[in-house]
Amino acid sequence: MATTTTTGATAKQGLKLDAGLVGRVAIILVAIAALAYYFIQPQQATAVYASTLRQSTPIVLGALCGLIGERTGIINIGIEGQMLLGAFIAFMVNVYTGNLILAALAGVLTGALLGLFLAWMSITLKMDQIIGGTVINILALGLTSFFYVAGLTTKGKIQPIPLGPLADIPLLGPIFFNNAPITYLTIILVFFFQFALFRTVWGLRSRAVGEHPSAADTVGIRVNVMRYMNTTLAGCLSGLAGAYLTLEAVGSFERGMTNGRGFVALAVMIFGKWTPLGSWGAALLFGFATALQTQFQFLGLDFIPHQFVGMFPYVLTIVVLAGFVGRSRPPAAEGKVYDPE
Amino acid sequence: MTTEEKSDSSGRAIQILQRIWRSLSVPLFSVFLAALIGAIILWLSGANPLGAYWALLQGALGSPEAVGRTLEKATPLVFSGLAVAFAFKAGLFNIGGQGQLLIGGIVAAYLGFAIDGLPFIIHMPLALLGGSLAGALWAAIAGALKTYTGAHEVITTIMLNYIAINLTDFLANGPWKDTGIIARTPKVLDTAVIPSWGFIPLGFLIAVLMAVLTYYLLFKTTWGYAIRTTGLNAEAAKYAGIKVGRVIILTMAFSGFLAGMGGSVETLGVIGRYQPGFNVGLGFDGITIALLAKTNPLGVIPAALLLGAMDAGGSQMQFDAGVRFQIIDVIKALILFFVSADVIVRKILGARAVDEEKVTLSTGWGG
Repeated sequence: MATTTTTGATAKQGLKLDAGLVGRVAIILVAIAALAYYFIQPQQATAVYASTLRQSTPIVLGALCGLIGERTGIINIGIEGQMLLGAFIAFMVNVYTGNLILAALAGVLTGALLGLFLAWMSITLKMDQIIGGTVINILALGLTSFFYVAGLTTKGKIQPIPLGPLADIPLLGPIFFNNAPITYLTIILVFFFQFALFRTVWGLRSRAVGEHPSAADTVGIRVNVMRYMNTTLAGCLSGLAGAYLTLEAVGSFERGMTNGRGFVALAVMIFGKWTPLGSWGAALLFGFATALQTQFQFLGLDFIPHQFVGMFPYVLTIVVLAGFVGRSRPPAAEGKVYDPE
Repeated sequence: MTTEEKSDSSGRAIQILQRIWRSLSVPLFSVFLAALIGAIILWLSGANPLGAYWALLQGALGSPEAVGRTLEKATPLVFSGLAVAFAFKAGLFNIGGQGQLLIGGIVAAYLGFAIDGLPFIIHMPLALLGGSLAGALWAAIAGALKTYTGAHEVITTIMLNYIAINLTDFLANGPWKDTGIIARTPKVLDTAVIPSWGFIPLGFLIAVLMAVLTYYLLFKTTWGYAIRTTGLNAEAAKYAGIKVGRVIILTMAFSGFLAGMGGSVETLGVIGRYQPGFNVGLGFDGITIALLAKTNPLGVIPAALLLGAMDAGGSQMQFDAGVRFQIIDVIKALILFFVSADVIVRKILGARAVDEEKVTLSTGWGG
């Protein structure tokens, strides 16, 4: 650092100024460590990184769902429930029709309907949004356990499609170019929404509605219509995350199989400062934590009880949240009912 | 007494009745609507709704044993409902009742089996309070995180739930494991067991006592006033000289104390030991109960009794009417929906809104 500081206050300021630099240095260090791991243990490292990407898929989808809602002013803590019911409906449709595409679409539609339900509760009924989200979570838990029949499995699973010569690139090939469709789609969606949110009219309007609804209203944006639309659209993504879990990742349904991913997604969204790319980065971190978890058991590192390894992603969520929540600013009008007079 | 006075006093009686009706109509009608939709779901899935509900009622209230079972099921629900309702008053949403309950339960179990040689009069309260304090500490983590870092309690308490599941699983599988292959703690000693009087579990009376105490704390003490002021408007509370940060930590701690006590009472009075996976879903029920009771600690008791009766009658319903008891979870979720979406219910009833302290939680993630 060029500016040597003498007092505590300026030292603090200096730290703040260099947060971006620290972040970049951290990313470079992580990249070096990742490469080093690859050169020491190529197969194992590739497996961990590929698993990282897969584990991050439902989380980043959930985070996208959360941030599209919040950018427009609707807090969605029902992501967990949207994922769970989406996973269940996708599963059931596949079991009864044997069709994977139809099943995935059913999951997406379920998420959308629950998004619409959240919008209705928050906008039309003016319910507290956090309670609205909780209604969705509890309802999804209840409905899935009532209609769930044990012992069913999906007819087939969505299979990886290697992308020709790209899949043969060392390290990058097996990680990025040998995945199943929903994982590819998720990566595309991250970039798509990053562009849409910051470079299109839709994005500008959405953000206006989330930051300053009355100003948006004045220039002719229909605030509540926008909120309805975006919350429903966002629900599609959570539903897709659910479909991913049953159709692509596991191949069956279990009760409460989302295991808090919907809530982790919210932390990831905050960590990623309400941007799709940032959330993707954060989701990869969580994916890595989860991927390591299985690797730990695999390596026979049993001096650490598996329960402590299992806690790791959740502890990480808290640490990340505690470290970042104050530093990134949420959309100004989120959680507030907009009443056009 | 003149006629005027007479009509005045009867007018007042009518007013009071009207007020009672106004505050009870929404919860009661919400329950009715939820049951109605539940009946439709049952009917669509090929069952006889009336038969199912009758079996449910029989299983919940049909005999002294059934009533005892209802009270037993309602006991932890009173605690988890109180925990959520209490935190609501400070504008905090404690979804972590489940984790606090597990931590409370396992610590109570440990104190119950590991300490030998104490008389009942000391041992039982010690285990009960120890478990409750453990729950308080667990919840205080979320409170401290909110005060010092701004991390929202909705996410941190959920994460603490998953951490608690892992931690208790580790303890019941490792250092506090009973002999044998099942992952659970040893049975608590007789001196730590919370007894029952006839079919009335003493635990339920403790729960009622705690509800009254919570009510007193909230509405008759300065601390309660500080909590409610913070809940209504944290900014204003700050200007009024209330140390909001401290209120948040203490409120979470007391909320966790209540949830932890629920876990302790269940462990010491019903199960007799800690075993993983006990009472899954109680934390969520607490939310439904708190809102059904309109966050009033005394209202929590009837609300918990209602949900407890549903839990108690569930198995009989499954046995007699062949209906899967999980339908109860759906009905509970619907109750939560209708109670919170009171606009719908009021519209149907044509009732006016009662001016009451409304819960506002959606204030963003910034704390």
